[in-house]
Amino acid sequence: MTESASSRFVFDPSANRQRPLWRRLIPQRWYAHLILIISVAVITFPMFYALLISTQSNPEVYNHKFTPGSKFFDNLHTVMVQRNMGRFMLNSFVIALSIAVGKTVMSVLAGLGLVYFRYPGKWIVFGFVLITLIMPGDVLLIALYRRVVSFDGWPHPYVALTLPLLASATGVFIFRQHFMTMPPDLSEAAQLDGASPIQFLFQVLIPLSWNTIGALMVIMFLFGWNQFLWPLILLRDQNLQVVQWGMQSLTQNLEVGDNFGPMMMGVIITSLPPMIVFLILQRQFMKGFALTRDK
Amino acid sequence: MEEIVYIVHPIVVTLVGAALGAVYFAFLRWQTQVGSLNASLVVGAIAGAIGATMLTAPLGYCMFQDGQSDEDVIVGWIMVTLGLLLTLNIGSVILWRYFRGQRLLPRGDTTPGAFRGRFGFVYAMAVLSPTILVLIYFVYLPMLDTLRFSTFLARFGAPRTRFICVSNFSRMLGDLDYHSNLFLSFALSFGIIIIAMSLALLIASMLNQPIRGANIYRTLLIWPYAISPIVAGSIFGLLLGTESGIVNRVLDLAFGVKVPWLVTVPAAQVSVVLASVWNVIGFNILFYTAGLQTIPKDLLESASIDGASAWQRFARITFPLLSPFTFFLIVTNTIYAFFDTFGLIFVLTRGGPTESTFTAMYRVYVTGILASDIGKSTAQSLILFLIVVGITIFQFRVGQRRVQYGNY
Repeated sequence: MTESASSRFVFDPSANRQRPLWRRLIPQRWYAHLILIISVAVITFPMFYALLISTQSNPEVYNHKFTPGSKFFDNLHTVMVQRNMGRFMLNSFVIALSIAVGKTVMSVLAGLGLVYFRYPGKWIVFGFVLITLIMPGDVLLIALYRRVVSFDGWPHPYVALTLPLLASATGVFIFRQHFMTMPPDLSEAAQLDGASPIQFLFQVLIPLSWNTIGALMVIMFLFGWNQFLWPLILLRDQNLQVVQWGMQSLTQNLEVGDNFGPMMMGVIITSLPPMIVFLILQRQFMKGFALTRDK
Repeated sequence: MEEIVYIVHPIVVTLVGAALGAVYFAFLRWQTQVGSLNASLVVGAIAGAIGATMLTAPLGYCMFQDGQSDEDVIVGWIMVTLGLLLTLNIGSVILWRYFRGQRLLPRGDTTPGAFRGRFGFVYAMAVLSPTILVLIYFVYLPMLDTLRFSTFLARFGAPRTRFICVSNFSRMLGDLDYHSNLFLSFALSFGIIIIAMSLALLIASMLNQPIRGANIYRTLLIWPYAISPIVAGSIFGLLLGTESGIVNRVLDLAFGVKVPWLVTVPAAQVSVVLASVWNVIGFNILFYTAGLQTIPKDLLESASIDGASAWQRFARITFPLLSPFTFFLIVTNTIYAFFDTFGLIFVLTRGGPTESTFTAMYRVYVTGILASDIGKSTAQSLILFLIVVGITIFQFRVGQRRVQYGNY
């Protein structure tokens, strides 16, 4: 981690004088550390508590024990095998990956079409895409559901589930902005070399866009992984359901039997994949949104 | 052929719209002192006539016919108002651009570095077609369906539908349950915006200080962004359980009280707000952190040298320059409160106790999917659509003005 304090503005009139011992012992800007530590504690506490409970049995939960319990593997077995969460996770993984890849590919292509060609009425095409931002899927839920179920030629229920979600006004917007900031010399040079637009896309644009692609993939994977309402109403076969559906089924009949441990085990395994994706691609994500300091 | 008797004749509606449009444009002409008065009057009258009829005419002015209830007529006038708002705003922007000699349409193409060749349009359409086809089939056509079904008596599983004019909307006027659902959605957005955004701004300001370990703090603070509403609801269901929950355990030890969080009326709504705030705060911190890094350091430095206190620098420089991010977050948090809280409420309270945590979106689900009432639920969806349009316009109009004000 490079923390170059010299490049940042620090207004400290006493910097040159010898500071008293007590000032040197407590860190500078201790109030910022204090507020941040309290915030981290409050924000991470629910997840740590869930992790703790995921190892416990119900009597241990009601006694509010703050030590790991005895039921970690029992709870894991209950959730993954008895409650079918392993299957649901696989289902969600397939759906989330299809949505992330599909949306990104379609957005990159649309961005190319909106920036690197000359034709009349380009702004109409862009407006046509952009105005769908005011029509979120939840507003269209009932009509979309009716439209999708009235067609019975879907090769697989997941095609009916993912296809309507594949177009992304946000993605198109982001890639259009990104391509417009690229120097025009790039495509001029590519044209002099006789490259076709598709060659230019694969050999020049995409290698220069990995941060944006990574950022969009993170967002879209999370979007796909967190789908709940649309699969809830669309999928008839419970074996095809998604991980969020499995998670909510773990919260039913809470007052009966050993339920809190499996429920929190469900919370942990439902949250692990998106958090891993988020942590691995964090650098791309931050760079894609110009979040790092040294950019 | 039977003569249709109108309570309010279509000609009257058209004339009212034309008169309002002409008066409004004359007012704008007087205010701006730009352009010709006659042209303003004529264009205003045309825009007003179109606005008054654009939503009512496609339904054959059915809401103004004899035999319709008073509520139907009120809905008719609301539709006239919405149409007028749309056409008068668009019309005035276009006309005054013309008066000022500005371009009416965005520049067709200024892209440097575009590919030369005669097949640009064909090529562009080829790469754009996946997006455009999906948008037409799964966004635009369902939108038209939503508009159409909202005037129908239609049910899932029933083959027959019947046109019932604006009854689905006029019944909402007296539906107190639906009013409280809408109120809850707005109250929830308000609570989330106030709490989650101010806390996020405070935390992001601290992250922006030159301190050790800022990157580690940031990672530890923004991860709830990756958590789904279902998971947030499940965790808070555990934390806030009456007997099992750790929150009541602490309250019990400290004050000797146990709050039945999820099963009594004001507490259940508070629980939903708390869980939502926890769920969105990472997103807000993320964008406020990004926003704070766009603020030029030399500006803060010179203000500091001029003797501005930390609070003055924040209130006069940082906060105004952050306004684009603030407006963006107001919009996204409102969208979150209206739509994404569905899953959270689904596991946390199931809309209960006694439907007290039904948001407007939850009502759409209950009416449309559980009760199979397509007409009523698409009408409720359209109310949500109007709210989305409203906050989008709010972001554009208020947001842009503030951005220009702080245009550094």
